[in-house]
Amino acid sequence: MQAVLSSDFSFAQFRYLQRLLLVHGRWSYIRMCKFLQYFFYKNFSYTLVHFWYGFFCGFSAQTVYDDWFITMYNMVYTATSVLALGLFDQDVNDRWSFRYPQLYSPGQLNTFFSKKTFVRCVMVSTYTSLVLFFIPWAAMQDSVRGDGKDVADYQSFALSTQTSLMIVVSAQMFLDTFYWTAINQFFLWGSIAAYLAITFTFFSNGLFFVFTSSFPFIGTARNSLKQPNVWLTMFLTCLLCVLPTVAFRFLHMQLRPTITDKVRYKAREEGQPAPAPYRPPPRRVSTRRSSYAFSHSQGYGDLVTSRKFLRLKRRPSLFGRNQSPLVENQPQHYRTITEEAEESQT
Amino acid sequence: MGKTKNKSGPLARRPDNSAFKQQRLPAWSPMLTANTVLPFFYLLAVICMLLGVWLLLLVQSTQEIKLDYTDLGNCNECFDLRRNVSNAAQTCSCRVEFSIDKSLKGDVFFYYGLKNFHQNLRRYMDSRDDGQTLGRIKNLKKNPSSYCAPFDKDNDGVPIAPCGAIANSMFNDSFTLNYHLSSSRSVPVPLLRTGLTWYTDKNVKFRNPRADNLTLAEVFEGTRPPLYWQKPVYSLDPHDPNNNGFINEDLIVWMREAAFPNFKKLYGILNRADPIFEKGLPKGNYTIDISYNFPVQHFQGRKGVVLTTLTWFGGQNHFLPIAYLVTSSLILLAAVVLTVAWWKFGKDGKNMKE
Repeated sequence: MQAVLSSDFSFAQFRYLQRLLLVHGRWSYIRMCKFLQYFFYKNFSYTLVHFWYGFFCGFSAQTVYDDWFITMYNMVYTATSVLALGLFDQDVNDRWSFRYPQLYSPGQLNTFFSKKTFVRCVMVSTYTSLVLFFIPWAAMQDSVRGDGKDVADYQSFALSTQTSLMIVVSAQMFLDTFYWTAINQFFLWGSIAAYLAITFTFFSNGLFFVFTSSFPFIGTARNSLKQPNVWLTMFLTCLLCVLPTVAFRFLHMQLRPTITDKVRYKAREEGQPAPAPYRPPPRRVSTRRSSYAFSHSQGYGDLVTSRKFLRLKRRPSLFGRNQSPLVENQPQHYRTITEEAEESQT
Repeated sequence: MGKTKNKSGPLARRPDNSAFKQQRLPAWSPMLTANTVLPFFYLLAVICMLLGVWLLLLVQSTQEIKLDYTDLGNCNECFDLRRNVSNAAQTCSCRVEFSIDKSLKGDVFFYYGLKNFHQNLRRYMDSRDDGQTLGRIKNLKKNPSSYCAPFDKDNDGVPIAPCGAIANSMFNDSFTLNYHLSSSRSVPVPLLRTGLTWYTDKNVKFRNPRADNLTLAEVFEGTRPPLYWQKPVYSLDPHDPNNNGFINEDLIVWMREAAFPNFKKLYGILNRADPIFEKGLPKGNYTIDISYNFPVQHFQGRKGVVLTTLTWFGGQNHFLPIAYLVTSSLILLAAVVLTVAWWKFGKDGKNMKE
C-alpha cells in the first residue's frame, strides 16, 4: 500500500506492464516531446521578431504586435491547440504499438527531445522570425494602397505580421499533429476563428469609444486586411516559413525513414494489424487439492478444500471481444477473489 | 461500449469504456506521401511564378519620380538657416526644378518623404492622447493624458492641443508644384489636399470637440498650440473650413505613425478637373516652391518628395514580384530534388521495409 501511494503508476498484474510501456508510456513520451518542441518553436518565432525590429526602431523596445495580441497569443490563440496536441496525439494506434515494440526505442535513445533537437528547433524558429519580419518589411516599407493612402504605417505592419505569425504557427501545428480527432480540429480552427473575431472586435469603433487609450488600433483591420498587397505579402511569408519544413520532412522520410515512419506507412497500407493467432486456453483437468495445513487454528481449511479456487468457471468477460484490443492477445478468463465473495453474499 | 454496471464496490473506479477515455476517438491520420506533397509543390511553383510575372508587369507600369531636396539647389541656404534653432521663426523658401520625360498618365499622387526619422520609437509612439483627438472636452481643457508629458501643458499650465510629441513634431513644409507650359508661362498644378486619410481615421478616430454654436476657435479657447507649431490647430487650413481642428488631414496623416525610419506620407492628389491635367501630368519642366521649415540635420535625416502613379497593387515596389519569382524557382528546385529522392529511394514503399 505504501508502495502504491509513493509511486507514479501502480498496477496489480504484471501483464499490465506491456500496455503501460508500449502504448501509454510511448505515447506520453511522444506527446511530451512534440508539445515541448512546438511550444519552444512558437514562442521563439513570436519573440525573436522583436529582436529584428529593434534595429529599425532605435532599440527602443517597441513591440511589433498589438498589445492585445501579445496578451492573447499564449493564453487564447495557441493555448488550446497545443493542449490538444499534448493530450490526444498518437503516432500509431495501440494495436500497432503492440505489434512493433521497436517503436519504444526512440524513448530509450532520447531521440525526440535532446540538446541537439532543441538547438535545431531554435534555429528553425530564428529562420521563421527572420522571414516573418523581413518579408513584410521589404514588401511594405515603400508601398502604399491602391488609392494612395497609407499601408506602411506601424499598425498595418503589426497586423500583417501578427496574422502571418498565426497562420504560420497553425500550419506548423497542422504538420506536427499526427492524430486529428474532432477536438484537435475544433481547437485549431477555433483558435484561428477566435483570433479573427477578437482582432476585429478589438479594432472596432465600439470598444474604441469606451476604452479609448486601450484600443488605439481602431480601423486597422478593416483598412489593411482589404488590401491585396497585404494578403500577397502574408501568403509569401507563410510559404517561405512552412515549405522548408514540409520538404525536409518528406526528404527525411524518403532517405532515412525512422521506425515510426515505417510503421505508419504499414498502418496506412493495412489498416489494423493482423490479429495474433488465437491460443485456446490450456484446459486444466486437475484434481489437485490444496495442501495448506493450519494446525494452530481453524484456518481456511474448509474454504480451501471446497475447491472453489481451482474450479474452472466460465465467466462473462469483463470486456467483450469487440471492445478491448487486449482480447486478441490474451484469453479473458480471469477472476478476482473479491468478485467471488460478492457473489457468495448475494 | 457500455459503462460498467457497478457504481460501488471493487470495480467502481474503473474508467469508462468510452472512445474518449480509452483514447480510441475516430481520427484522421494524414501522412506526407508522394502523391500529396509533390503535386502540391509543383502547383505552388506554378502559382508563384504566375503571381510574380503578373505583379512585375503591374509594377513596371507605374512611374515614380523621387527628389531629395534637403540641400538641393537653393534649398541649401534654408538648410543652413535651419541648423540654428533660434531662426525657427524666420520663414525660408526655396525652389527645386525637375523635368518629366514621359507623362504620368492617370491619377498622380504627391508624397513627402523622410529618411532616418524614427516615428516608431516607443516613447514617441506613446506620446499622444487619443481621447483628446477624439474630441473629449475633459482631455482637451482639463487634463491631457500624462503620456503626453512634457508636451501636455506649457510652462503656464495651459493644456496643449493636440498634446504629445507626435503632434509637436508635425511635418510643416509646404509645396507648390508648378508646370512650365513654356519658358515664360507657368501654371500651378492643382492638388487636392483632402481625401488623404483612411475613412475610419477621418470620421471615427479623430473628431473635433463639440461646437454647438461656437466657432472652432472658440471651442479651442483655453488651450495652446504645440510649441513647434506656427499656426494653431483650428486654422491649419485657411482654404477649407472642414479641414481644421483635429480632423485636419495633414495632422491625421502625420499622426498615423510609420513603421520604419524611411517613409513617405501623402501630401496631395492631382486634381484632374483642369483640362491641362486631365490625363495626368504631361511631360515637361516643373518646379516646386517649398516653404522649408522642418529641420532634419539634428537626426541626420533627409527630406524628399515623390510623385507617383499607382495600380491596385500599390506603387513602385519591386520587392514582392521579384520575391515571388525567386520563391517559385526555389520551390521548383525543391520539388525536383524531392521527386528524384522519392523516385530513387521511396517509390512503392521500398524504403519502408522493416
